[in-house]
Amino acid sequence: MRIIKLAAIVLILSIGSISCSSDDDTPQIEKDPMDGFNLVTGINANGHTVELYSEIDGFITGYNEIYIRIKDNVDNSYFTDAEITWMPVMHMMGMSHSCPRSAVTLTDDDTVFKGFIIFQMAGTEEEYWELALDYRTGGQDYSLTERIAVKTPIDQKQQVVSFMGNDDVRYVLALVGPQEPEVGVNDMQALLYRMENMMDFSVVADYKIGLDPRMPGMGNHSSPNNKDLTYDANSTSYNGKLNLSMTGYWKLNLKLSNSTGEVLKGEDVTEEREASSLFFELEF
Amino acid sequence: MKIVDNVQWARSLSVAWVKYALPMVLLSVIMGCPDRSMAQEPVLLQDSIITIDLDEVIMISARKALDHHRQPKPLSSLDEYLESSRKVDMVKRGAYAWEPTLNNMFSERLSVTIDGMRIFGACTDKMDPITSYVDVSNLSKAHISSGQQGAEHGSTIGGAIDLELDKSNFKETGIRGAVESAYESNNQMAVVGGEVNYSDPGFYLDTDIIYRHAENYKSGNGQEVQFSQFQKFNASANLGYKIKDDKVLTASFIFDEARDVGYPALTMDVSLARAIIASVGFEQPTLLGSLTNWKSKLYFNTITHVMDDTKRPEVPIHMDMPGWSDTYGFFSEARLITGAHRFLFKLDGYYNRSLAEMTMYPNATDQLPMFMLTWPDVRTANGGIYVMDVLDLKGSSLKLATRLALQGQYVADELGLNSLKIFYPEMERSKTRFLKSISGQWHKMWMPWHLNAGISYGDRAPSVTEGFGFYLFNSFDNHDYVGNPDLKNEKSIEANAKLTLERPKFKIGAEANYFHMPHYIIGAVDPLLSAMTIGAEGVKVYRNLEYAQLFNTSLDVEYRMAPALKWTGLITYHRGTDDRGENLPFIAPISYRSGFQYHKNTFSGAIQMSGAAEQLNYNPDFGEDRTPAYTIFSVSAGKTFYLDTDSLIAKVGAENIFDRTYSTYTDWKNIPRMGRNFFLTLSYSFN
Repeated sequence: MRIIKLAAIVLILSIGSISCSSDDDTPQIEKDPMDGFNLVTGINANGHTVELYSEIDGFITGYNEIYIRIKDNVDNSYFTDAEITWMPVMHMMGMSHSCPRSAVTLTDDDTVFKGFIIFQMAGTEEEYWELALDYRTGGQDYSLTERIAVKTPIDQKQQVVSFMGNDDVRYVLALVGPQEPEVGVNDMQALLYRMENMMDFSVVADYKIGLDPRMPGMGNHSSPNNKDLTYDANSTSYNGKLNLSMTGYWKLNLKLSNSTGEVLKGEDVTEEREASSLFFELEF
Repeated sequence: MKIVDNVQWARSLSVAWVKYALPMVLLSVIMGCPDRSMAQEPVLLQDSIITIDLDEVIMISARKALDHHRQPKPLSSLDEYLESSRKVDMVKRGAYAWEPTLNNMFSERLSVTIDGMRIFGACTDKMDPITSYVDVSNLSKAHISSGQQGAEHGSTIGGAIDLELDKSNFKETGIRGAVESAYESNNQMAVVGGEVNYSDPGFYLDTDIIYRHAENYKSGNGQEVQFSQFQKFNASANLGYKIKDDKVLTASFIFDEARDVGYPALTMDVSLARAIIASVGFEQPTLLGSLTNWKSKLYFNTITHVMDDTKRPEVPIHMDMPGWSDTYGFFSEARLITGAHRFLFKLDGYYNRSLAEMTMYPNATDQLPMFMLTWPDVRTANGGIYVMDVLDLKGSSLKLATRLALQGQYVADELGLNSLKIFYPEMERSKTRFLKSISGQWHKMWMPWHLNAGISYGDRAPSVTEGFGFYLFNSFDNHDYVGNPDLKNEKSIEANAKLTLERPKFKIGAEANYFHMPHYIIGAVDPLLSAMTIGAEGVKVYRNLEYAQLFNTSLDVEYRMAPALKWTGLITYHRGTDDRGENLPFIAPISYRSGFQYHKNTFSGAIQMSGAAEQLNYNPDFGEDRTPAYTIFSVSAGKTFYLDTDSLIAKVGAENIFDRTYSTYTDWKNIPRMGRNFFLTLSYSFN
């Protein structure tokens, strides 16, 4: 009898140890649509406060998803009918230029607007970024210009490249995702722009970006079954598969070729050549 | 059970013998002597009822049998005992934790159990075979069964090794104990151990403890083999209690911990290898009327294994590689004798969790550590039923056995599953397999001839490494290995035969077995994959060959030229090829051993020769080369002194007398074996 009891206890314990826990469903409460985002700056102008939010702490070189809300300082309400355009400009010692950016669109929440800007370089004391915003609300046009801080990412990893292709065209290539890389198969997304002039950038379609992720710290180990990035007309981005076999520092070697297959930038990684001249970096 | 009862020894002789003993021990020390192979003389016990198995039984504990003369080196490692088997070879990666192979097959093709308990090593690099988590002080015997004959405790291809714990089993011996120590000159190994046992008809409690400490050993030319040191501590207890006259409750517990273990053939050492092995059992003579010998056991074991390279002077990158393996299991068996049938029914199951990880620390210190799961927390649940029948056919007997098992495997860790999906995007998280074994073994006697012959079929599931391993580095062939969850079960069709002639003074046996193994699992290079380990040549992925085949044969002879003097000889040959006729790796060349054993009253002595021919059939794709031939000699001598009711046993010996530098086909990366070694063992038993 004692044995049977003991057997039952062990059996119960072993079942208990493999059973799963269930998640409680917490009741939905109305919450701040920007909960979880960082307010990077609030610009006071025109009797309004223009709030710029990011998922991370500040603006960095590379791809920045930026959320905008415009608050009426009179009653602290947010405008819902705004039409916004923006223009980031880098003021350098001898010249100025802009960078690739999207249009600003309304999100699911009618007080929140969204767009992205790809900063190619960080600002300094002397050379800095300025964001010009034009918006129309209540039938009136407003504009403002504010200096903004753009820093290199804390981990110093390269996630945007500005380069001259073999076709003498200047391109900007930025890593959009994975934002939070994981061991395993990651969806990879990148944006490619052609620099038309100092202020205008246009999306480049139908090129191809070869992908070869490597770990320089592990004898240039590579992972298998990565998928090169190809153009997707819907998202106007380049999408592929990035396989990361472990955590750590990865160099994503890239090779850009145009629609006729001509290589514009980047090289294959070989025994002799440890890395391509075109690459992103990830560390996690 | 075959445990030999305490024999009444002629104590009266003891005083007289002391007079002669000392000079004789001294003499034998001067002559240098004994040998390990003798020490490892396999002892084939015949089942008292029906001899049908080709099982080999290696006696380990002499204490309870008072049988020390059989063991030229009583405190040698379990590995050395196992090596004395005719079918077992030990793969060496250093001086410690050798991996047993049976019929030239490795752990994943074997069922290795301790008292029927399933245990799985926690090291992805096989640095901790199960046999490394027990010590000779825990054990009484090792049962070695070839091929499907070993299916009693689990699915197998090559066979089974079951290590039987040493128990007093309600003998009326009261309190007994022993202290023992041993020393080996080559690696300054010191062994100290002790045991205290109490046994009466209603209760027994056996306890033992042992500690081993060894420095680096030296090979034949006196060359020190760096990183071959080890230390190990082991303690165990066995308990038996009769609840009523016929109902028995048993419990067993083993704690084993090795630290600072060097592996000269590998790139990493082990800072900790710890096992806790526990069980409770219940036995009663009958069950449900006609069933008898009902035995059940619940068991649990947990293993922690930590690899460490911080003591190596130069490594391309430092890494930590801990591994864990926990197993919970049970079995219950009963016998039924009816007419000409002798049935054994056994129901068993286990649940194992295997997890191993690797963290690498980049030389560029500003970079984050690199982390991966090398075993992705694989949960294996296995339930099986085993039925055996020994059928008396009037003049011959037939043993039929079958095992049917269902095995489910589940990858519990998300990161681990995602890692594998890099290779296998469509991979399922869990997989179920049905395993089966059936065998028939026939025994016929025409005195003095015996014929044993059998055929069988069996299969096995891929091991955790074969199914789910992730970039596991094999230093022998210098490749990283990646598991393959899509592997089919490996199958085996086996035929065996043994013909023996037994005369009172002379015995000769010829034995052969043949395995045809469809879907044989082995690593194959995938040239598209990039190695992870720095310096590795490439990556191999496990796959099923169409088939492989393996042929093992041996001839053994025993001649008793005088009542106290015996000559034995053994020669074996093995051949293994794959479906393209290529050699399988780790197949033994022609090997032989021969020796004289002398035993009279309290004195024993032995001279042994062992060796192998050049390894002609090797496979360079697996890192093998043409291992040269070698022959080594060993001698040993022992003497028992009786001091009133106590006894003192002394054994001395020398191994590899001529200090040959050699390695065998099983030596990982050809690390040389130990050169000349003297040993001394003293064991004092009190009653």
